[in-house]
Amino acid sequence: MNKFRIGHVADIDEKGARTFLVQDTEIAVFKLSDGSLHAVENRCPHKGGKLSEGMVCGTAVHCPLHDWKIDLRNGKVQEPDEGCLNTYKTEVDGNSGEIYITIAG
Amino acid sequence: MSTTKKLVLVGNGMAGIRTIEHILKLAPHAYEITVFGAEPHPNYNRIMLSSVLAGGTTIEDIVINEWSWYEDNGIRVYPGDPVVQIDAERKEVVSQNGVRASYDELIMATGSQAFILPLPGANKEGVIGFRDIKDCETMMEASQKYRKAAVIGGGLLGLEAARGLLNLGMDVTVIHINGHLMDRNLDLPAGLMLQRELEEQGMKFLLNKHTEEITGKQRVKAIRFTDQTVLEADLVVMAVGIRPQIELARNTGLDVNRGVIVDDYMHTSIPGISAVGECAEHRGIAYGLVAPLYEQGMVLAKRLAGAATEGYEGSVTSTKLKVSGVDVFSAGQFKDAADTRSIRIQDDVDGVYKKMVIKDGQLIGAVLFGDTTDGASLFSLIKSGENISGREKEILLGVPSGGSGSGPSVAERMASMPDDEIVCGCNGVTKASIGDAVLNKGCNTLGAIKSCTKASASCGGCKPIIENLLTYYAGDNVGEQTKEGICGCTSYDRDEIVAQIKEMGLKNVKEVMNVLGWNEPEGCSKCRPSLNYYLGMIWPAEYTDERVSKFTNERYHANIQKDGTYSVIPRIYGGVTSPAELIKIATVAEKYDVPLVKFTGGQRLDLLGVQKENLPKIWEELDMPSGFGYGKALRTVKTCVGNTFCRFGTQDSIEMGIRLEKKLDKMVAPAKVKLAVSGCPRNCAEATIKDLGVVAIDGAWEIHVGGNAGVKVRAAELLCTVKTDAEVEEWTYSYLQYYRENAKWNERTAAWIERVGLDHVKEALADRDVRLALVERLEVTLGHTVDPWKEIIEDEKLRKNFTPLSGAEPVTH
Repeated sequence: MNKFRIGHVADIDEKGARTFLVQDTEIAVFKLSDGSLHAVENRCPHKGGKLSEGMVCGTAVHCPLHDWKIDLRNGKVQEPDEGCLNTYKTEVDGNSGEIYITIAG
Repeated sequence: MSTTKKLVLVGNGMAGIRTIEHILKLAPHAYEITVFGAEPHPNYNRIMLSSVLAGGTTIEDIVINEWSWYEDNGIRVYPGDPVVQIDAERKEVVSQNGVRASYDELIMATGSQAFILPLPGANKEGVIGFRDIKDCETMMEASQKYRKAAVIGGGLLGLEAARGLLNLGMDVTVIHINGHLMDRNLDLPAGLMLQRELEEQGMKFLLNKHTEEITGKQRVKAIRFTDQTVLEADLVVMAVGIRPQIELARNTGLDVNRGVIVDDYMHTSIPGISAVGECAEHRGIAYGLVAPLYEQGMVLAKRLAGAATEGYEGSVTSTKLKVSGVDVFSAGQFKDAADTRSIRIQDDVDGVYKKMVIKDGQLIGAVLFGDTTDGASLFSLIKSGENISGREKEILLGVPSGGSGSGPSVAERMASMPDDEIVCGCNGVTKASIGDAVLNKGCNTLGAIKSCTKASASCGGCKPIIENLLTYYAGDNVGEQTKEGICGCTSYDRDEIVAQIKEMGLKNVKEVMNVLGWNEPEGCSKCRPSLNYYLGMIWPAEYTDERVSKFTNERYHANIQKDGTYSVIPRIYGGVTSPAELIKIATVAEKYDVPLVKFTGGQRLDLLGVQKENLPKIWEELDMPSGFGYGKALRTVKTCVGNTFCRFGTQDSIEMGIRLEKKLDKMVAPAKVKLAVSGCPRNCAEATIKDLGVVAIDGAWEIHVGGNAGVKVRAAELLCTVKTDAEVEEWTYSYLQYYRENAKWNERTAAWIERVGLDHVKEALADRDVRLALVERLEVTLGHTVDPWKEIIEDEKLRKNFTPLSGAEPVTH
């Protein structure tokens, strides 16, 4: 298990996302409207669309390429489409506001 | 499950894999599954091959189960490796590549092959069937090199192949042995109407012709008929029928006739071996349509999963021709006989023909041409076998929705439909799945059902039945139409939402959703952008555009491309540039290594393949306004040369184009808006296929509206003819503002004009005071706009979202 510091909560807008690269994998960190952060692999299982550019609605993001809807909490593709993508454990230091992501491996 | 049995599927097509899908749902861990397929592709939708040929659909789009599906479900699959031998004693199969697999249960789903007429020369290069992806690819390749195509067979398949070849730019002749087309599905009048329609599309026909020989050296050159006439052809598609593939079954010792003989539970003559799909023959019929095969698959899956099933009792089939612009539907027994009566309407003016065939008070067949909306309801009447005596005319003129007739009402018919009946043949959706979507998943609109189950998402032919089921399941008020909201989150339509926003003074997206009781607290990718547009249109001075409710393209003010890069299109007013501007664009493109520089269709330059983080830098260095080439906004104002240089020009179209574009360059709208100005009636700027086109005539200007050259070509209609430049502006701005205030979000002007009618718009703009008020409202809106590129360049908070986070630092413990 590897932990990475990837940035600060203020770096990410509400209902927005930022990306970073770890071990050649592009990961997107989303901030939902309740302030919670969720990190997922930045690749739609359908055609590889960058989810970081999609529209955030509730706990889901709509892929910008073909409107697939993905639950950011568990990486699950919503009906009627199917699939799933990697999610990463995300923590925020309450004092400093630093964001930490855990990558298995 | 105690033990896992082995299941081998021979054939990786629609019927077999459909069966497996159901088994996985009913008994997920009952079997260890191995699949062998002759084709190198995953399971794909054969029905959609004609759409691939027709263009607009790719091979990738028609894949039903991606390779990952096999992997996720632990299915071992051998594509491009057909089974060549089955040892029913040892219960083992051997594939072409020598793979051996033992089984407890084996499913034969080998499908069928195109029937190639045994003619001299039928084995020449360029003679193919129309059956699989490879055939499609062959046709596409042939169309690159050759001109003349012949299709032998004027049935459903032949006509779809012929339409595809026409789309590929080939000269197509269809050869048919009978006197009218689709004689297996249509009677003579409908067949003739169909022929007329297809001839208008450019198809040629040779009827009552029998092919004798295919001639040529290696490759086909021509076809000779029995009357000794000859037709030149470089490509011959045989579409005379399909034959079940039963060679393997025969060699295995299974009882075969035309297909592999099965009983009502899909058992073959050897225990442990079942057959399903086009290779199977049930009660003397080998079906070649998807709906019955899915029904068979369901029965077989239930039996193999140990679930109760009534067995398969055969299917009444219906046919729809998938040729754009031609609506043909046929079901059951459509030919007249001594013991049948028929009732028909033939309207050659509108090209509509409807026929019902009745026997002993029951509907046993129907043919519809030109208007197939009643196809689904007639089909369900045929299947239910109910008595329709006394209601025949009523039914043919449109099925009533109440229970006024002597027969059962729609609701009763819906209630009596069996749960496992497939209502959407394209996607294999059952009545029960629709019920589940409405009752348990909160789907209360056709759109919601569509997105939840995919029912009516392909050809749309089942829409009437789905609507009836929706009404039936939606409960309390049977018969009351459940209204279609702007999306699945609400039942309010556009006009209701706009009225409520104005009435209650709602000022932001969240507030609208809260007050109007959205069933998704943060909406979806359809309603959010539309609410954002309506709010901006209603409150131009106070509303702040909500970035998070816009599509990617409009949030980053650039077009996202398939690989995640973006494109940059600066404004080039009226299509007129200068050497200095070109040098500036070229310098930036070189500096940032832009992979592709392309002229757009609207007289501008497009820099494609730009990395997102470079966008703000490029905008800054270009120092040109955004061309909004990505937005629901004013795109381009195309101009011809006009009287500045052109010897025919009657007016200064360049100046007029630039004037309009400078005024409107930051205007957002319900959908993209394209303008053009032509300096004379030769109309070189193609103004009559634009949302608004201005065409100069001697001493005046014509204003045409509602044109479109995209998805659906539509000629613009003349709104008015005016004398002065000022009037052109007044009419253009007032018209566009009227559209902004009244159209649905994402509705192009062409669709909007179709919906409300030109006369309505003319009436609305007839009074000059009204026009001036509209112009004034548009000016207020435009007064509150800023150039989006400039705004992002200057605001660090916005700009940060274009770059990745600066790098992950490992944390050591």
